[in-house]
Amino acid sequence: MKTLSALLSVLLVLGMALAACQPAAPATIKIGLNAELTGGIPVVGESCKNAAELAVKEVNDAGGLEVGGRKYKIELIVEDNEDKAESAAAVTQKLVTAGVLAMIGPNASRNAIPAAEVAESSKMPMISPWSTNPKTTLDAKTGQPKQFVFRAGYIDDFQGRVLAKFAIEQLKSTRPAVLFDVASEYNKGIAEFYKKTMEENGIQVVAYETYTTGDKDFSAQLTKIKEAGADSLFLPNYYSEVPLQVQQAHKIGFTGTILGSDSWGNLELITLCGPDCEGLYFTAHYASDIATPKAQAFIKAYEAAYGKTPDDVAALTYDSFGLLFQAIQAAGQLDRQAVRNALAAITAYEGVTGTMQFKGSGDPIKSAVILQIKGGKFTYFTMANP
Amino acid sequence: MQFYIQQILNALQVGSVYALIALGYTMVYGILTMINFAHGDIFMVSTYLAFFTSTLLLSIAAGLPPLFTFVFTLLTAMFGTALLAVLIERLAYKPLRTAPRISAVITALGVGLFLENFMVAFKPVGPAPRFLPPLIPQINYDLGGVTVSTIQIVIILVSGLVMFLLDTIVRRTMVGMAMRAISWDKFTVPLMGVPVDRIISLTFALGASIAAVGGTLYGMAYTIDPYMGIRIGWWAFISAVVGGIGNIRGAMLGGFILGFVEIFTPVFLPSTYRDFIAFSLLLLLLIFRPTGILGRPAPQKV
Repeated sequence: MKTLSALLSVLLVLGMALAACQPAAPATIKIGLNAELTGGIPVVGESCKNAAELAVKEVNDAGGLEVGGRKYKIELIVEDNEDKAESAAAVTQKLVTAGVLAMIGPNASRNAIPAAEVAESSKMPMISPWSTNPKTTLDAKTGQPKQFVFRAGYIDDFQGRVLAKFAIEQLKSTRPAVLFDVASEYNKGIAEFYKKTMEENGIQVVAYETYTTGDKDFSAQLTKIKEAGADSLFLPNYYSEVPLQVQQAHKIGFTGTILGSDSWGNLELITLCGPDCEGLYFTAHYASDIATPKAQAFIKAYEAAYGKTPDDVAALTYDSFGLLFQAIQAAGQLDRQAVRNALAAITAYEGVTGTMQFKGSGDPIKSAVILQIKGGKFTYFTMANP
Repeated sequence: MQFYIQQILNALQVGSVYALIALGYTMVYGILTMINFAHGDIFMVSTYLAFFTSTLLLSIAAGLPPLFTFVFTLLTAMFGTALLAVLIERLAYKPLRTAPRISAVITALGVGLFLENFMVAFKPVGPAPRFLPPLIPQINYDLGGVTVSTIQIVIILVSGLVMFLLDTIVRRTMVGMAMRAISWDKFTVPLMGVPVDRIISLTFALGASIAAVGGTLYGMAYTIDPYMGIRIGWWAFISAVVGGIGNIRGAMLGGFILGFVEIFTPVFLPSTYRDFIAFSLLLLLLIFRPTGILGRPAPQKV
């Protein structure tokens, strides 16, 4: 026993010495990107990668990032997590071993939650651009915020509240209904927050209907919703499923207003949905048509590089890199713990997606925008502050 | 009351598609006692054939009458899918006809996986979901509180017609008689001069073209993607078993039963129970009536 503990302490000292040596050597900073490049939502991974490369290029073109009086080039290591929970965790492990200073990604909560577990236990700073599920930054065992995990977007209880208030105040909905995928964490989480806020405001949800991932016929549930006399329908589901739900609702003669959450924010939605989605509302992280000067500069650069308007994921990825660069500079040294402390010390950050405020956890407090689909485009409708 | 009539219409729409696909399972089983697990994916390929045909047709000639576009798309999809099924039968199943039955089943699963992943990797298809272009004008009729769409009417009527035609082919023509004869006794029938290989190919072609009718109708109402064949294939397979696998009228009946299970479970229970109910139904039936509702118990041959 004694020899074992002696051996262990020798190894530990050696390890620490090695870890201490490491940051001094390289003239570049390695940053990992854990993105959904293939799998169910490839458009998300593509936007994330595009924005990441743009952010890194801007810094490198300006001569690099100045840390502790020395300029460093940024080296981006892009890894594909295939939109699978197990790959997302494996990629995180791979990036930890590859010696990256910090990791950006994954985007979907189903990948970000397992990746965050690995990042936390490896003590590597991670920022998820798009994940909105509270569990990403929350330690499952203690219920406390994770130390090393941050995000650039708002979280689902805020989003659910914003949408419920919008339905009550702007849409004057008194008989709201919900249809959501009960097998997916994200959809289920928002639906619950939405229902809760409705009930707190004294409004009963008249139909709270569920389906399972992959379903294509919602006529049974929608007929029930219509029968319940609903005047609004909330669909917190992914952009690939929403068009079918909207069209089937119209087909059975539902005439109320339909609204959705930030999972709608992909132009693919309009391509699939066509005129059926005209006039509908959903929450987003930013609106490209009312951009601040900083956001306009980003939109211009992104459009010049890739020939399309950046979506939510792109804007949030860009902001994640902005946050990380600021933290690295503030840390003044290339050490994961120091970068984590600097990230945690940021109280406000002015990004493309608005002002973020951090109050003791990895979750920023920021405004949500509500967009309306108008003339085949996402257009700004209103803003909701926390 | 209107609520239930509406739900019955919804169930008939879903059930028609299940019934059309279940027919393919049941016909192949009837003639080869083999479960063609690639059938759901053959159905998926048929929706893409309909997608490309209709897109192409509408892009080169916009002002065609809807009836022509619909029939042309339907026939092209049927023909293409039949060809694919015959090809699969010749390349993948025929060499294994004397092998143990498990080999053929595993091969069928492999063919299914191949079709799914080929479509994902095949650039013009890819993993993104799509809609078929509108083949017929979509109008909703309000009949005393019950909404009926033109697509719903077309799905139910065309499926009914196809099922009637198939039933007639199997019961009243020489080919149908040959099919029934082979399923009755595979060893004696060839001695009577029936071309077994040709009849088997024809069965695959017929089953696949009926699945293509289902695929085209399905694509008019829902989005299509390369993995859609898995779930629908399973439900259609259960339909075939519930109705009595090997029995054509049984497959139709089973399809409609499963359609009603799919629609009426969420009416009374949370929708999460739906698959549970469908599979429980299958289990109960297999315990009390192992050959399905209309299936005849097979005499044990010694």
